[in-house]
Amino acid sequence: MDSTIIILAAMDGVAYAALVFLVSVGLSLIFGVLRIVNVAHGSLYAYGAYVAASLALAVSGISPWLTYPALIVASILVGVLIGGAMEYFLLRPVYGREEVLQLLITFAVFMIMDNVQRLIWGVQPISMAVPLTLLPNVEIFGVNYTSYQVILLPAVALLALAGLRYFLRYTLSGAVILAVTEDREAATAIGIDAKRVFLITFIVGASLAALGGALASPTTSLLPGMGTEMIVLSFAVAATAGLGQIEGTAVAALMIGLARAFAIYTYPEFEVLVPYLIMVLVLLIRPQGLFGVNRVRKI
Amino acid sequence: MSFVRSLIAAVGLSLAVTGAASAQQKPAELKIGITTFLSGPASVFGVPAKAAAELLAEELNKKGGIGGVPVKLSFIDEGAGGEALVSNYRRLVTDEKVDVTFASISSGSCTQLVPLAEDLKIMNFMWDCGAYSILENKKHRYNFRTQANGAAEMMAVITYLLKVKPDFKTVAFVAQDYAWGRESHDIISNALKVLKPDAKWVAEFFPKFGAPDYSTEVSRLLALRPDVVITTSWGGDLDTFVRQSGQRGLLKQSTFVLAIGESSIQRLGKDLPEGVIVGARGDHYFLHPEFKNEPSFKAYVQAFKDKTGAFPIYPAFHMSQAFTALKAAYDKAIKANNGNWPSREQVVDAMSGLEFKDFGRPIKIREEDGQGLEAQIVGTTKQVPEYDFKVLDNIMVFDAEKVATPAGQKTIDWVKTLKPDFVKMEAKTYKHGQ
Repeated sequence: MDSTIIILAAMDGVAYAALVFLVSVGLSLIFGVLRIVNVAHGSLYAYGAYVAASLALAVSGISPWLTYPALIVASILVGVLIGGAMEYFLLRPVYGREEVLQLLITFAVFMIMDNVQRLIWGVQPISMAVPLTLLPNVEIFGVNYTSYQVILLPAVALLALAGLRYFLRYTLSGAVILAVTEDREAATAIGIDAKRVFLITFIVGASLAALGGALASPTTSLLPGMGTEMIVLSFAVAATAGLGQIEGTAVAALMIGLARAFAIYTYPEFEVLVPYLIMVLVLLIRPQGLFGVNRVRKI
Repeated sequence: MSFVRSLIAAVGLSLAVTGAASAQQKPAELKIGITTFLSGPASVFGVPAKAAAELLAEELNKKGGIGGVPVKLSFIDEGAGGEALVSNYRRLVTDEKVDVTFASISSGSCTQLVPLAEDLKIMNFMWDCGAYSILENKKHRYNFRTQANGAAEMMAVITYLLKVKPDFKTVAFVAQDYAWGRESHDIISNALKVLKPDAKWVAEFFPKFGAPDYSTEVSRLLALRPDVVITTSWGGDLDTFVRQSGQRGLLKQSTFVLAIGESSIQRLGKDLPEGVIVGARGDHYFLHPEFKNEPSFKAYVQAFKDKTGAFPIYPAFHMSQAFTALKAAYDKAIKANNGNWPSREQVVDAMSGLEFKDFGRPIKIREEDGQGLEAQIVGTTKQVPEYDFKVLDNIMVFDAEKVATPAGQKTIDWVKTLKPDFVKMEAKTYKHGQ
């Protein structure tokens, strides 16, 4: 394999990994703190994309540059309104109950959101590429890339990773979340409002899924079922890393993104298989994931 | 004497039974069960098709229905998954007692439901699925395809490509990773081997169905610089692939062939450049050069536009073909039954060799295998002032018999026997607006 292919594949792999990381890390964060596998996480990704596209199309007439803030606003709106409502009204009543019940509730939410999505936005693919077209293309070895995908998306993913690390390790709120994660009863006993921590964590996780969708919206067609695709992939990434592992999720996303890109360049038949092959191999060797630790909650 | 009485009674009973069979009581309504995608990515086809079915049924009933009997529609969601599809189909036939079914969009759904329709002895129209193998592998009595199959569709596209751009040297292929993507690849790759033996196949990609990102495939294609990129993808996947290719200059670098792209041109709008080869998946297009001025054609296009906000795409035309075939079959069976309402078996008999005219050239249901013989439209995109999306120019209409696999032959075996002269077949050519 010549160096040109390695560099080109690496560019594609990193761009792909950036989006996958944003969604997967939200899933992992929620599991790490709430111990809930949120099946509706893919729907939050889809809603982030649809709301972002709707907002961006609405403001692009005023100034195309307003589409960038629209992507951020959409992510926060979806995270706070939908994520917040989901945690407060549906998940809070079932904490401490059987895990399967929580799983079923999030699955039901996923089904409902999928149908509501079709009612609101219809079934025809929607496209909104304005933010992407505002940035120039870059040429690498004669191949054109959009700087949106190879520069902006990885930069946002890195910022999100650094931000989450800083928040959890160096802020009081982060310390509170870690305390609740480690021992909810002890944390509650010293006056920490665990319910509030759960709500905030869920909103942050949901907003990250929505941010992934919002940032993906200029690059893809929005259509029914897009959330399903992403939830399967983000589960693979989160499971490979070990559920609840922030940095591990970044490494797993990068690993899967790069492996997929190299597969397309060398053995395209394996493109679909690669992420899941990696997950199965990792779980066979380390059932807790690459960075997971048995019986210890970590985020 | 008792023997004579018994004989008379037996003859009388026979006559009564025969009489009942030849003069069925006209039902209060003719029930049609339709499978279509109402959820999932393929609902981009399924929902417009449902809208078309509702529109067609309404119009048909206004005109007195079929043989004076109004039609009533029931829908099943193909997106609910294979198991649910099969059980819902069985329920429609056995509990709701539909008279005929239109199933399905997906070739996977057709593969599941065709044998079931045979078991249940219910007449079924494969109204949209394109897998050629279904009717080639086994003889069926109750299943018919009211449109062409993928073999004719792809052969028309390849022939068009070789007619308008005969000098290409390298080709790449992209398709969704499922039955249609693989089957269309087999047809196209085998056809190019014999029709354009000097063309080099430089890459083939089968991204996951519903893949949101084609960036890596686009990078690879930009690096490989193929003269031609053929894709048989459809729906949102095709939109994404075309847009991502356009954003990065691939559409300018290679000649693109969107083998079933007619359904995407309205959505792609200005993102689809001029000079892209587009297949229509049959003999239908909202600006069909031979029929666009017919009053019934114009009325259907306008009614569909009014109902859905878009011009009809091929699933809407395929649905119309199924309705027209059904009416034609009942009319033929009623006539053969001396004006009496026919039995179901008589309608099935009428389907064999049936000819009907919808919004394209006449279509014939081949007697040997129940396969519809339908002409094929292929064109090249062009910008015109009347529309905010590209329309088709340099349109060729290929005769059905010329591009379809002959009866009794397997498609790939037939394709392998073709010679480069195959592409010299005549096809009527039209400019946009002609």
